[in-house]
Amino acid sequence: MLEGLLIGLQTALSLQNLLLVIGGCLIGTFIGMLPGLGPMSIISIMIPVAISMGDPSGALILLAGVYYGAIFGGSTSSILLNAPGVAGTVASAFDGYPMAQQGKAGKALTIAAVSSFAGGTIGAVLLMIFAPALSSVALLFHSAEYFALMVVGLSAIAAFAGSGQVAKAMMMTVLGLILATVGEGALFNLPRFTMGIMDLQSGFGFITLAMAMFALPEAIFLVLKPKVIEGDGGEIKDLRITKDEAKSIAPVIGRQSIQGFFIGVLPGAGATIASFLGYAVERNLSTKEEQEEFGKGSIKGLAAPETANNAACTGSFVPLLTLGIPGSGTTAILLGALIALNVTPGPRLMIDQPQVFWAVIMSMFIGNLILLILNLPLIPYIAKVLSVPRNYLIPFILFFTLMGAYIGQNNATELLMLVGFGVCATALRFANYPLAPLLIGFILGGMLEDNFARSMQLYDGVAFIWERPMTLGLLVLAVILVILPSFRARRAKLKRKGVADGD
Amino acid sequence: MALDRWIALILVGICLAYGYTAWFTMDAGLAPFMKRNPIWPSTFPKVLSILGLAASCVILFNLEKNEPEVGDIDYRRLHEYKLGQAVLLLTLMVIYALSLRPLGFIGSTMGFLILGSAILGERKWHIMVLVAGIATFVVWYLVSQVLGIYMRPFPSFIGG
Repeated sequence: MLEGLLIGLQTALSLQNLLLVIGGCLIGTFIGMLPGLGPMSIISIMIPVAISMGDPSGALILLAGVYYGAIFGGSTSSILLNAPGVAGTVASAFDGYPMAQQGKAGKALTIAAVSSFAGGTIGAVLLMIFAPALSSVALLFHSAEYFALMVVGLSAIAAFAGSGQVAKAMMMTVLGLILATVGEGALFNLPRFTMGIMDLQSGFGFITLAMAMFALPEAIFLVLKPKVIEGDGGEIKDLRITKDEAKSIAPVIGRQSIQGFFIGVLPGAGATIASFLGYAVERNLSTKEEQEEFGKGSIKGLAAPETANNAACTGSFVPLLTLGIPGSGTTAILLGALIALNVTPGPRLMIDQPQVFWAVIMSMFIGNLILLILNLPLIPYIAKVLSVPRNYLIPFILFFTLMGAYIGQNNATELLMLVGFGVCATALRFANYPLAPLLIGFILGGMLEDNFARSMQLYDGVAFIWERPMTLGLLVLAVILVILPSFRARRAKLKRKGVADGD
Repeated sequence: MALDRWIALILVGICLAYGYTAWFTMDAGLAPFMKRNPIWPSTFPKVLSILGLAASCVILFNLEKNEPEVGDIDYRRLHEYKLGQAVLLLTLMVIYALSLRPLGFIGSTMGFLILGSAILGERKWHIMVLVAGIATFVVWYLVSQVLGIYMRPFPSFIGG
């Protein structure tokens, strides 16, 4: 492990990668602050840049920096304006905004930054411990287990990610898988479902689809319904916190880092669920007098969701880096970027390309540190981005969406597809269909079919399902997940108006 | 019938067409030696078409009990939102896509950014031109010079 850490440090501390972390965090904070633009949109806009760098560690470092920055930026706008930019930071507004109204905006931002830092750092330590262990288990898996594991992942996402409607989420997952079968696969050397259109020969572009699913609908929503932003959150001053305050939030941070991390590891559950659960748990754990404070500017109530959402972001990297299975929309986009860079995340990643794995972990530490020492003092200036008139902002968001799809493929047809899919995605959002499962299904589709085909060939039929007990167990689990819709009602309540899907 | 069920109806149609291709037409061109394989190119799509059909029927016939929920935007009152602007911007995106090659990157992008803010109601033309010009040039420089992806800057008749 020490050797790995040193490899990671060596890679992450190169000048270029340091600049990438700093740049990524700043860009992420900047855009994450804008209401309505979630981390998924920002990351999908940044992907073409990351891919054209050609260096997988650099690309992943940049994108992870953007991810952290976006969550941090989202909490800033929750605290200052009560306008969360990201679903994962909605809970931060419960106590952060009252604090800002009482003139304690600076203190609230410091608490948010410190808790995010602690959550992210402790999460990264846990990742360092659990990822190698999990990936050594994962090395024992056959393609049959991989197939079953992906099915479990997809059904968990369908069960947890929809706003309480499992059928819709499942439909979207299947639609994603269907879209993934279009084009010529390596498996059969046979174009499928292209309807004779040459542009479909290589299948749908993943960046195009990511942009169309997240960035474009969010921009259209901003056009349709301009968000009213009240107040300027007051002047930001007095960033210090006292010793007593530090003492009272320390146990909260400790608990929520661990809880948030493990929620983040589960597929389908992410920063959003972790932050709401963290808030609820801390509220129940605190004393009677402190409970009264919750919702009126309690520092514990701010520290809990902030710690939990960052720890969960880190946790969501575990299934991605060890199994190659993304648990959330954001990690699915990262997976797509990695595949485009010719890196296949999975248990072999740590053996074949340790520098990628460890550099990402090291850059998590560095990124958290940068958010704390560089971004925090800059926040009063970065917050000015909130006053950019939307008349200028929206055309630029649309332009970057188009550019992202264009420079990836250098093909104007791609742009038409982007607009077409974007309109469909907007209609789907109107009708409350979750879009993240579609993209995850699309990205996993190819791998799912490969593993399915491989196990079919090894066992000369579907016998692998009952001849391998673990596969059978996992598939049964998947069925239970879809049929047992237990978490539905709670998830539906969490979804609030005017917030982008966070993860 | 609510919008989500109309969409489910469309999805049923898509799944039927997809399933028809997978079950009945795809295997016709399969080479004889591939027919001995336990897995065919159509195997996975066949499974998907059934799953998709099942899920879309559940939504269509409202088998999963849930109270109607209003999302971020209530589509039933779509005309109360700025629908015109959204449609115009989407049209502008299509025009941009079609003009990118013939007009060149710089011309079409400046046009897109200026018209985009004009559609949203901005009327300070001098600022718009300035902002669009700077942004276009910076992006073009970054993409073509720094990232090394070629984009034709000028219209084709100038030969850019």
